Amino acid sequence: MSGSGTRPAVDPNDRVTIGISFGNSNSSIAHVVDDKAEVIANEDGDRQIPTILSYVDGDEYYGQQAKNFLVRNPTNTIAYFRDFVGKEFKSIDPTHNHASAHPQEAGETVSFTVQDKVAAEGEEEQPAPSVLTVSEVATRYLRRLVGAASEYLGKKVTSAVITVPTNFGDKQRAALTAAAAAADLEVLQFISEPVAAVLAYDARPEAKLADKIQVVADLGGTRSDVAVVASRGGMYTVLATAHDYEFTGVALDKVLIDHFAKEFLKKNPKAKDPRETPRSLAKLRLEAEVTKRALSRGTNAAFSVESLSDGIDYATTINRLRYETLARAVFEGINRLVESVVKKAGLDVLDVDEVVLVGGTAHTPRIAANLGFLFPKTTRILAPSTDVAAINPSELQARGAALQASLICDYDPEDIEQSTHAAVTTVPHVANAIGIVSPGASGEDVFVPIIPTDTAVPARRTVQLSVPAGGDVLVKVVEGNTHIKVTKPEPAAKEKDESKAAKVEDADDDADDDDDDSDFSDDDEEEEEEKREKVWKIGSTLAEAAVRGVQKDGKVEVSITVGADLTVLVTAREVGGKSAVRGSVPSA
Amino acid sequence: MDATVISLPLPALPEGWEAEKDFRIIGGVAKSSATARTLEPVGPHFLAHARRARHKRTFSEDDRIQAQERAKKIEENEDSDISEPEDPILLQRDAKDWKTQDHYKVLGLSKYRWRATEEQIKRAHRKKVLKHHPDKKAAAGRADDDNFFKCIQKATEILLDPVKRRQFDSVDEEADVEPPTKKQLAKGNYYKLWGNVFKSEARFSKIHPVPSFGDENSTKEEVENFYNFWYNFDSWRSFEYLDEEVPDDNENRDQKRHMERKNANARKKKKAEDNARLRKLLDDAAAGDERIKRFRQEANAAKHKKRLEREAAERAAAEEARRKKEEEERLAKEAEEKAKAEREAAKKAKEAAKNAVKKNKRVLRGSVKDANYFVEGDASPATIDAVLGDVELIQGRIDADEIAALATKLSGLKVADEIKDVWKGEVERLLAAGKLQDGEIKALSS
Repeated sequence: MSGSGTRPAVDPNDRVTIGISFGNSNSSIAHVVDDKAEVIANEDGDRQIPTILSYVDGDEYYGQQAKNFLVRNPTNTIAYFRDFVGKEFKSIDPTHNHASAHPQEAGETVSFTVQDKVAAEGEEEQPAPSVLTVSEVATRYLRRLVGAASEYLGKKVTSAVITVPTNFGDKQRAALTAAAAAADLEVLQFISEPVAAVLAYDARPEAKLADKIQVVADLGGTRSDVAVVASRGGMYTVLATAHDYEFTGVALDKVLIDHFAKEFLKKNPKAKDPRETPRSLAKLRLEAEVTKRALSRGTNAAFSVESLSDGIDYATTINRLRYETLARAVFEGINRLVESVVKKAGLDVLDVDEVVLVGGTAHTPRIAANLGFLFPKTTRILAPSTDVAAINPSELQARGAALQASLICDYDPEDIEQSTHAAVTTVPHVANAIGIVSPGASGEDVFVPIIPTDTAVPARRTVQLSVPAGGDVLVKVVEGNTHIKVTKPEPAAKEKDESKAAKVEDADDDADDDDDDSDFSDDDEEEEEEKREKVWKIGSTLAEAAVRGVQKDGKVEVSITVGADLTVLVTAREVGGKSAVRGSVPSA
Repeated sequence: MDATVISLPLPALPEGWEAEKDFRIIGGVAKSSATARTLEPVGPHFLAHARRARHKRTFSEDDRIQAQERAKKIEENEDSDISEPEDPILLQRDAKDWKTQDHYKVLGLSKYRWRATEEQIKRAHRKKVLKHHPDKKAAAGRADDDNFFKCIQKATEILLDPVKRRQFDSVDEEADVEPPTKKQLAKGNYYKLWGNVFKSEARFSKIHPVPSFGDENSTKEEVENFYNFWYNFDSWRSFEYLDEEVPDDNENRDQKRHMERKNANARKKKKAEDNARLRKLLDDAAAGDERIKRFRQEANAAKHKKRLEREAAERAAAEEARRKKEEEERLAKEAEEKAKAEREAAKKAKEAAKNAVKKNKRVLRGSVKDANYFVEGDASPATIDAVLGDVELIQGRIDADEIAALATKLSGLKVADEIKDVWKGEVERLLAAGKLQDGEIKALSS
């Protein structure tokens, strides 16, 4: 939380809160009804509102309407400006603004020059074009979003939680807070995008609280952000992040643009390359995006542009397989990106319990399928094409923001400030798991994790273990850690000369091999030959406790609490029994 | 987090394992092994963590406090207010007589009446339904006993329909507060008693907020505001509820229209009566209102005060004028007297001076006589004439002061020479001053 001075003061009781996912390409707004987050559709009925403003004849357009003006009115249309907020001109990437209003240097910030006013009645001369700083643009855009939400809710929206990328700096946050304040909006909190998505999943009523490692792949229009999040009892710690500006939705559009342009030229050899005229290119780009979306839903999609180049209409179709062949490089890049983040977090793909796909590009079925091959079968891939229970990836962040907004809407700004202060958020995380030892099926000791690695302390977990035989039992509290056990493939398989190849690469290669299904079945066979598994290794013993006189087929409840100073408090008792064995192990 | 059930068993206690209180510390989590990371400040569980961290609570303390808070909330939700004892006579009511039924009482909301919120009505209805549902009665062996249930349904139907509820509230006499009797007022509490009356009447106001009756310390402005508001009271009260049933059988249209007209007239009449009633209430309240009397007295006092002040000012002005006049007269008189005295004094002085001059002249003449007219022996009459003539001349030439000075010089002198010297000196002085011409003086200059 920063820039507290610029925040308009709103009484917590009078707050009307929404969650805003303020994206570079698209934004969404959501609110909470009856503990359920719902994304709000704007006046045009869009839940994904393009982050674009356009000025035509003195009128302001935003969202999809503004986006359509990219063809006819590109110079007065401002797009892809979110990442410029709070940044200096020298540190911005203006690539995507080539086909719209160009960013310019304006002191310590970035500005756009647009004709947002029209000559007054009777006046001949047009007023001079306005120079709008990026903060002003953000203010105007947020004002439109808040207006749409207020109209939908029937109440003036006063406050919001806004999602920002994990690499959004303090200066950018301050600038965005100021921009929001200028739009008469109180920013309750900025929350990072991956965590907002995770929260949207965890807040579902059917969700069970569990300790898991999640990979959040936020695949947007102009950037892909991947984060590894340790979700421990509903508390989230980001372990590693990566940001990529190559393997994105725009790159997929580019693939389609090139494909269709070439096809067009093949059909009309004398026509001018539509990629060479800005207007034709803008038409291509808009239609390519529509086609891309259609391909995420169906296996075939039409592509048709009127008067694409030299007045020639162009209409054709494309199937999904063709598209996936064309876009293979991008899909591969996304896989590599995800894999690199897992490695960066010091984890293995086997450690990952869930992959949450976020963002518009995450609708692409092939990306979800590829990630499915990258991770073991036990890993859930939360994407619409792989999991029916998945939430629309485009809506996750706004929902998460709305949920957070509803949680903290009763808080005073000082309360929020204090609760999000580094003194509260920065806590030690245990490096080794803490658990107990159980005799496994084959007699060797098995580690039962109770508090997993990377859990923030203080933490408390309780487990129940069975005692089939009854009598006196030993509760041995130990530290544990995992390592990846690679079982060498059978010599017969070795002749394929893949002894080194891990399953991951296998899956990867085959996933990108877009031939036919027979390849995938081969892959399955190979997988059985290669075996990598996660094994727990028992580390140093912390304490031992005895629970005496347990009934036959009874149960013992073991509760382990790790204090902020890493003191381990162990409580063990028979379920239903009265007395408990307690002990505290000071940290070493 | 709830306890996770793990299917794995616990190992049996090894032979001979002993420890104090069955717990043995062997190691400890190495402090250095922990990594400080930043939690994302998001989600309910983080907020719980923040709460614990900020209030320095342990898990169990926080659990307890949260449980208490939750318990409190549930208690608030459970509306214990809607639990009035049910009147056995009420339970016997026939649903057909719904017009005369007290809907609030049926739902157990007679404490709230027009103040009951929709939420309260819904909750009360649910509560009553749970208790009086005919199926429950049937289970208790009283089949077809749905009379009171119908009453409940009717009451809810009316109270949950804003229009019908207003109609009922309009004629809900139970909610009326009777104007206080003289006996009651005699005990004091005038403002409280009347205040309650108007508080209950205020429910019919189309305009809110309604000014309160106030108490004996209310300002004049407040009281005036109150009476102005109430004398121009805009009421939504209507009397449709008391309409006679209009036959709805489509048989006799005239009859129907007649009834409708009759009802409309009755409503109008009742409305007029109600307005008159309210007016009378106000008149009664105003008649006994000590504040109005006080304000009137104060206003009168203020008016009198003004008049008295004006009169006093006039009197003071007159007094002032009179005093001024007298002063002026006095001053004039004084000046006159002074002038008169001065005149008289001047006259006297003049006379005195004349007398003195005469006397001095006599001295001058006597002095020459004393000097025997400056001759030896008897002076001839001519000499006497000449000397006296000179003396006369000198006297005529000099003024009174000089005569006096000369007389002073001469008085007491007996010797003729001395007298002559004085005269000679005088003559010379006069000559020098040019008051005498050479030769004028004959006898005295020799």
